[in-house]
Amino acid sequence: MDLLAFFDIAVLDGTVRLGVPLLLACLAGLYSERAGIFDIGLEGKMLIAAFLAAGVSFTTGSVWLGLIAGVMASVLLSLLHGLASITFRGNQLISGVAINFFASGITVVAAQAWFGEGGRTPSLSGAARFESIQFPGALTRIRDIAKADLPMKVYSELLSGHTIIVYLCILIVPFVWWTLYRTRFGLRLRAVGENPGAVDTAGISVYRMRYSAVIICGVLCGLAGAYLSTGLQAGFVREMTAGRGYIALAALIFAKWRPWQALGATMLFGYLQALAIRPDILERAIGIRVQTQVLDALPYVLTVIVLAGFVGKAIPPRAGGEAYVKER
Amino acid sequence: MQKMPNWADVVLVPVLSLVLAAIISAIVILAIGHNPIDALGIMVKGALGNSANVSYTLYYATNFIFTGLAVAVAYHARMFNIGGEGQAYIGGLGAALACLYIPWPHWTLALIGGGVAAAVFGAAWAAIPAYLQAKRGSHIVITTIMFNYMAYPLLNFLLNGPIKAGGMEPATPSFAETMHLPNLSAILGAVGISFSDRGPANFALIIALLACVFVWALIWKTKLGYETRAFGQSETAAKYAGIKPTKIIMISMLISGGLAGMMAINNVMGEAERLVLNAVEGAGFIGIAVALMGRNHPVGILIAAILFGILYQGGAELSAELRIPREMVTVIQALVILFTGALDNMVRMPIEKLFVAFGRKGAN
Repeated sequence: MDLLAFFDIAVLDGTVRLGVPLLLACLAGLYSERAGIFDIGLEGKMLIAAFLAAGVSFTTGSVWLGLIAGVMASVLLSLLHGLASITFRGNQLISGVAINFFASGITVVAAQAWFGEGGRTPSLSGAARFESIQFPGALTRIRDIAKADLPMKVYSELLSGHTIIVYLCILIVPFVWWTLYRTRFGLRLRAVGENPGAVDTAGISVYRMRYSAVIICGVLCGLAGAYLSTGLQAGFVREMTAGRGYIALAALIFAKWRPWQALGATMLFGYLQALAIRPDILERAIGIRVQTQVLDALPYVLTVIVLAGFVGKAIPPRAGGEAYVKER
Repeated sequence: MQKMPNWADVVLVPVLSLVLAAIISAIVILAIGHNPIDALGIMVKGALGNSANVSYTLYYATNFIFTGLAVAVAYHARMFNIGGEGQAYIGGLGAALACLYIPWPHWTLALIGGGVAAAVFGAAWAAIPAYLQAKRGSHIVITTIMFNYMAYPLLNFLLNGPIKAGGMEPATPSFAETMHLPNLSAILGAVGISFSDRGPANFALIIALLACVFVWALIWKTKLGYETRAFGQSETAAKYAGIKPTKIIMISMLISGGLAGMMAINNVMGEAERLVLNAVEGAGFIGIAVALMGRNHPVGILIAAILFGILYQGGAELSAELRIPREMVTVIQALVILFTGALDNMVRMPIEKLFVAFGRKGAN
């Protein structure tokens, strides 16, 4: 047993890399669900953004154009979700399911038609990808890092060497907290998810508030997806989101729809994912071999335990999932 | 007030939704550089062109009948069971364990034993989400999704370890010869119809049809079905009438999980005759589209399942002939769910307005 192995720098580094897309998607869901729109379509929006970001990046050679295209695609699906669940008062869960399937299918069909490589985009390199940013004086070669002392290891591997999206993410949690709890917009957003009737009485358009929330959700999902294909990996492959949208949803419930707790929950799930790809480290830490499948299942098991109310009760926004019918 | 006649609700609205889904699908096919009419021709020929193709179509349809009925039974109690996929995986595990470890002397006994095991395992996988919904108010949609994601690692573990056959592939050994279900050509041959034996359709189709009758009788002809529908319409009214929510949620979800699990009679016992890792192939999710399209009625589900069987088998031909990926079927499936489910009001409201306008004219 070597419990310190749990804090292996490589695993912590992986936690940040894998936690960031979960965090972005989780905050996306937070805006939407706090406004009373359930969104199980996070997965699909991430997927379509990942595809279009990679496709446009490869074609134009500019990752920034790719990012914009990915975010736009995600926002379009968000607007479709809004149309179904706000304007036409349809079932929000069914709409989310449809969006997930649509993204799952159309990305492969379009990738095949566009690049003819069996539903993937060609590998991205150079300006078509978010390069990792090296801090001054940071070691880059794995051999050098292995030999360095602890502060240098932390500096070189954990802090340095991430893409710009990861560093922007450091600011995003306080920003979300601030908009949600310290601005008029945030107050109205939360109110519209709890009691839309009261918001309407105050003369504020419930529809407009909910559409704004849904669009913000699309932007954040788009960032998450674009990061997957142009930052974390170099190109799009089919189903590359691999259930991250659902894990983000699980993290959202785990965090009870609050931003700082969302950071904690997504980093926890990111940590589990990072550990799952390094079973050797887990074995060193607890002294016995653990099936990687156990780690694969763990985020979902934890979520069910939270949902069951054993770790405090997770109460969703009161008006969540219900369409608002304006009184006449 | 009757806004529009019953036939418009049951036939006109779903058909219009389908037409919208078909138009968008045609635009997608056009956009990737193919002729939608040609594509449709290839799909229909690939699905219905000869009796071997029909056999594949019916095989897929059998899967979708089970998963569609599973979604529908839960839906009548206003439970949205997205967990059909996971329940079908675990049902497959049940069927495989029953067939591997019990030496059934004849296929009829194996069918009963394996079928019951599949249903029990599928129901068990639905039981925890159902209990959490009934007793702790945890949202069934989220918990069933979580259970889908738990089923896969579980099978991945078992098929790579305890119940793995020799060799590289993550799969169980094949079931004994005596347990193999008769295929459709043998069944039809017995009544003097010749049918290709090159397809996978098998005795499970008959079980699926019986399941349709069972669900129809359950929902519309029993006290339990009445209570379920009452609960689905209005939980508060049902409570006043003395209907216990816990009982309805548990029973409807257990039946739902059992039906999803029984899909294993078709894909595990009837076709593969062993358990492989990706045995369900998304059929659990297609069940959602099938149930929505079939308006949660067994007759509608039967029709929708056959339609999706045609789509699924035709989609395979499409990918072989035009190199349009099979995922095109997923796109169509998504559009069907979108238009018949989420955007139902978009289709329904204009039609209702039309009927109200014409109705008024007729009354004057």
